[in-house]
Formats: sequence, structure tokens, C-alpha cells
Amino acid sequence: MSILIDQNTAVLVQGITGEKASFHTRLMMAYGTRVVGGVTPGKGGQRHLEVPVFDTVKDAVRATGAQASLAFVPPPYAGDALMEAADAGLRLVCIITDGIPAQDMMRVKRYLLRYPQMDRAMIVGPNCAGIISAGKAMLGIMPGNIYRRGNVGIVSRSGTLSYEAAAQMQALGIGVSTSVGIGGDPINGSSFVDHLALFEADPETAAVIMIGEIGGPQEADAAAWIRQNMRKPVIGYVAGLTAPKGRRMGHAGAIISAQGDTAAEKTQIMREYGLHVAPSAADLGNAVAKALSGLR
Amino acid sequence: MEIHEFQAKELLGGFGVPVPRGIVAYSPDQAIFVATELGGSCWAVKAQLHSGARGKAGGIKMCRSHHEVGVAARELLGKPLVTSQTGPQGKIVQRVYVEIAEAVAREIYLGFVLDRKIQRIRVIASANGGMDIEEIAQGNPESILQTQVEPAVGMQPFQARELAFGLGLNITQVSRTVTAILRSYRAFRDLDATMIEINPLVVTPDDRVLALDAKMTFDDNALFRHPSVSEMRDPMQEDPREAQANQQGLNYIGLEGDIGCIINGAGLAMATMDMIKYAGGEPANFLDVGGGASPQRVAEAFRLVLSDANVKAILVNIFAGINRCDWVAQGVVQAAAGLKVPLVVRLAGTNVEAGQRIIRESALPIINATDLADAAHKVVAAARGATAHP
Repeated sequence: MSILIDQNTAVLVQGITGEKASFHTRLMMAYGTRVVGGVTPGKGGQRHLEVPVFDTVKDAVRATGAQASLAFVPPPYAGDALMEAADAGLRLVCIITDGIPAQDMMRVKRYLLRYPQMDRAMIVGPNCAGIISAGKAMLGIMPGNIYRRGNVGIVSRSGTLSYEAAAQMQALGIGVSTSVGIGGDPINGSSFVDHLALFEADPETAAVIMIGEIGGPQEADAAAWIRQNMRKPVIGYVAGLTAPKGRRMGHAGAIISAQGDTAAEKTQIMREYGLHVAPSAADLGNAVAKALSGLR
Repeated sequence: MEIHEFQAKELLGGFGVPVPRGIVAYSPDQAIFVATELGGSCWAVKAQLHSGARGKAGGIKMCRSHHEVGVAARELLGKPLVTSQTGPQGKIVQRVYVEIAEAVAREIYLGFVLDRKIQRIRVIASANGGMDIEEIAQGNPESILQTQVEPAVGMQPFQARELAFGLGLNITQVSRTVTAILRSYRAFRDLDATMIEINPLVVTPDDRVLALDAKMTFDDNALFRHPSVSEMRDPMQEDPREAQANQQGLNYIGLEGDIGCIINGAGLAMATMDMIKYAGGEPANFLDVGGGASPQRVAEAFRLVLSDANVKAILVNIFAGINRCDWVAQGVVQAAAGLKVPLVVRLAGTNVEAGQRIIRESALPIINATDLADAAHKVVAAARGATAHP
């Protein structure tokens, strides 16, 4: 079993009847993801893309035994959709949506503490590309053909940069076990550390590449955690070396506003904690190759 | 999103936070009229612009007569004010805020921020108000009091009391400070702020507590549910290209260089800009066309990038996920017809062969790049070539 999802994971799509959701659900099904139903309040009882649609997540879980969901829900309703999914007992919820108010995510994170750790949903995102276990299942919007199956995990704040990493690796004959997008927002459902822990315990993963950017403490936290808890090699890269201070660079969370927020500081911390640092975005594949050759 | 001091005071005042009486003026005559309306004998005439550090830049003038108010307003209005935060070009002052001057016995720092590390609202207070928080952190870190708000229940009065008693105030002052703190917190929560800074929160000799200055910034993602806040946007305080981009839903930031960038995904955009710098070039802008870049959107992106006269070459770097390369290619071909500067295009991902075919079959002089390094080197060379042979 790969981390998070594989070809057996029964998946719901929240917001399935929307245009974007339908487009990507088709691609996910073609990739081999086991989509078992969708949720759109008011459209329960219909069929869409050959799976049943339900009014509520609980109804969907009861009928299909789904364990995970992918949410395409507009920002005003996204926080609510996440809490609904958590309350229905899903163990994994991945939310693509860009534009969720930060205080809504703050409240969602607080809400999750309602449940004991073992019953608590893992939220991936928001504002992310999703999760793919190469050759097995896709829970997201990534182009499946750039992922060769292999033993390197990817965890990234940026979707397109993670595609860049996967494509560079593929060109070198290096494959991916699972790629996880934690998204570009300042308050996310799960951090680098959450997924590094899963990769460390995953027999199918031999090394991990962690792709960060300016803003926030999660790269530094991860570097410190890696030093204490990981034996597998981790390659690190931080985008935004040339970003000006105080400006939000696209992602809501990509802003230099505190000590430790710059790419230079984060890269330095990664080096200090023993990560293999990719010197530029053009060297992601090479840096992974180098780290892997050190393993043999 | 940022707002002016007078707007922040309006919002905080609406939540019951005491603020000095003040009125906005757009001309020296109005400033004098407003001072008369306010009454009193001493006023602060304050430049309204999106910046802190106004005092040090001469943006706040204390006036003891109506004549002085008029003079102060004339000095400030219609000109850019350059502060340590605005950059050398400054920001234009279109309004002044004429405020009753208050006697000050104590100056307190009060701030609220959505802290990413703890994923909570953090409340910060210090008895060393009137100074920059960074200065306080350097010089008197022990004076900084903090508490975190538990999202499930909100800020509780005991938390505000702990801060207020920690500031060494008398019981009347404590009671009024607690009120100011809790009401400011409610404004933060209810308006989806990302930062509120009241520096200073003053205590007057007669134990009144007022927000003498107020700064508020808001979560852009939450503006959809606060039309009254989004109405406070002032495009005159923004780079005009950025204001326009905002209107079109494009993520654009103007920079100093000459290589225009059109990229999908914020992370890839930042990384591409870094690559351009490594290759010896300077990005003219950050631009994330985002997911689902239609031909119209790509064309708009081109127009925006080209509205910067400094641009000598353009790099389009699209790695398709939600985007489709053939869609992007159509937009590129439309926009590139009649283009006067060299264009480097790098496509990868969904429908990449179809996209590359559309570009080839257009017979336009577009330079094709295969990967990130290739794209950066080619566009830097193209910009240099354009400079050498205008």
C-alpha cells in the first residue's frame, strides 16, 4: 500500500457535478482511481459519470464505504465541506480549492481536534494539485503521464513545481512512489512533517524530495524534524530566492513577513539539518539522482 | 488588502473601539472647515496613504490654529509621501485626516495577527507603544506580552485582563483597555483581518483609552463576504498594472527588470524568476496565469506584461495540469501576432504535442524551449540581443 491512496482506495468527489470536478474525475477514473460516488447537495439520487451522487457525505459513505474524498468546492462552502467530510468518518480529504479564507481553515483545523487522533481525517491542501501514487491512483488534477512509478516521494507546496520535479526525474529514469501537494495557503490541512512521517514509514519510498517556497515556518520545522526522525535521504528546494519582501507571490502563503521566511534562510536551515539541497529548479532531478546514488 | 487609517478607525469605531474624533479632507479649505466642525484648539493633520512610519517622514503635523491646519493640508495633499516603507517613489496623498489632538499619558502597543505557526490569532501588547514593534522586540523584548486565541471560543475577557494588568495600568484604565482589546479582536474575527495594529493605544491623563493610530489588513480570500471592506480598496495606492491585473483576476506583481514572465503556478513562477536571475537576467514581473488559462486570459496576460515599457523579451513557461497546452498555445499564437519583442515559449504536460504543433504551424518567430534551464538561458540571450540590436 502506498501512502495515502492506492488503486483500492474508494474515493468520493465532493462537488462532482461541477465542470472542473467532472473534467478531472474523468481523468482520475481513466488513471485507475476507484471513484465510487460523488456528493452534491440537492442532486442525491442522480448518476454522474456512471457513479451515484449523494446529498451528504454521510449518505455517500454509508452507501459506498468510501474512505477518501477529493473536494472541488467553491471557497465560501469549502470549510463546511471539509468539516462535513471529517464528521462522516473519511480518513483522507484532499481539497483543491484556491481562495479559502484563512480563518475558515483555522476553524477547520480546530474542528478536527473534536475527534480522537485515530478517527481524525487527514486533510491535504487547500490550494493544491492533489495526491498521486504513481501507476495506482490519482486524487487530484495533475497530468498522470509525467509520473514514472518508482521509489521517490514528493511533497510540495507548489503543484507545477512538483510536476517539474516529476518530469525531470522521469527523464532520468527515476520514478515516484507518491506525490503529495500540501498547497500554497498559509494555514493548510497538513504540513511537510505530516507526509514526511508517512514516507519514512513507507516501504515503497527510499528518498523524498521536499519543495518549499517563501513564507511560513513549515520548511524549517520539517528540516528539524528530519534530522531527529528520518533516516531516508531528503532533497530540499525552496523557490523565491529573488522574491521581494512583503509581497504575496501568487500563493496566499508565499509572503516574506517574518524572520525565517526567506528562501535563503530556509535553504540555509535545510543545509544545516543535513538535507541535500537542489541548487536550482532545473536541478531537482539531478539532486534526487545524486542522493539516490549515495544510497547504493 | 490594505486600507487607510481613517477607514480602519471607521471600522474599529463601528465595533465600539474608542477613537479620537476626526474627519477626512481632500483640500486645504476642507481641512480648515473640518477643523472648525470638530472644534477644539489642537489638531493632528495626518496624511492618508498605505504606509506606516508616516510621522518620521513628516506625514503627521500637529496644528494649533485653523491657519496651520490649512498650511499642513496644503503641504501634504496631492504629493507623494516617501516613507521607509513606500520605496523611493512614495505613495500619493489624496486625503488628510484631521483629528482632535489628545493629551497622552501612556502609549501602548496593541497588535493582532493570524499566526501561521500556531494557526491561531495571536494578540500582542507592550507598554512601549509608539515605537516600531521590531524596535521593541530588539530593545525591550521582555515588555512584549502575548496571548493566543482559542478558535473554538474566541478571545476571553481573562486574556484581555492579563494583558491589561501586565501593562501596569490602574483599574479604570484596565477596564477600558480590556474593552478596547476585546472589541478589536471581534473586528479582526468578524471582518477576516490578517493584521490589526493599534500603535499607539493611548491612555489620556483622565484615564480614557483611545486608538490613536490604526492599521488593518484583510484576507483577500475573504473579501467575497465583506463587500463593505472591499469597497474600501484604493487603487491609487497600488501599482496601476497590479490594480488592473487584480480586476482581471490575474496574479501580477511589477518588478524592476526587462524580462516579462507568463507562468502557471506561483511556485513555478518564483522558481522561473530565480532561474532567469541565475542566467544573468532580471524579471520584469511575477505573473501566475493560474489554472484554466483560456486563450483570452493568455492574451490579457500578454497585454499586461507588455504594458511595462521596460520589457525586452518574454518567457511563457506553462506546465499543464488543469491548463491544457493546446489552449495555452492558441492564446500565445493570438497574442504573439505582431509582437515586437522576442518570445520564448516552453510548454510541458497535458496535450503538449498538440500545443507545440499549434505554435509550429503558426509560423510565428517563437523560440521554443524544452526545459527550465533552456528557457531561462534563451530568454536572457534574447533580451540581451534585443538590447544590443534595438
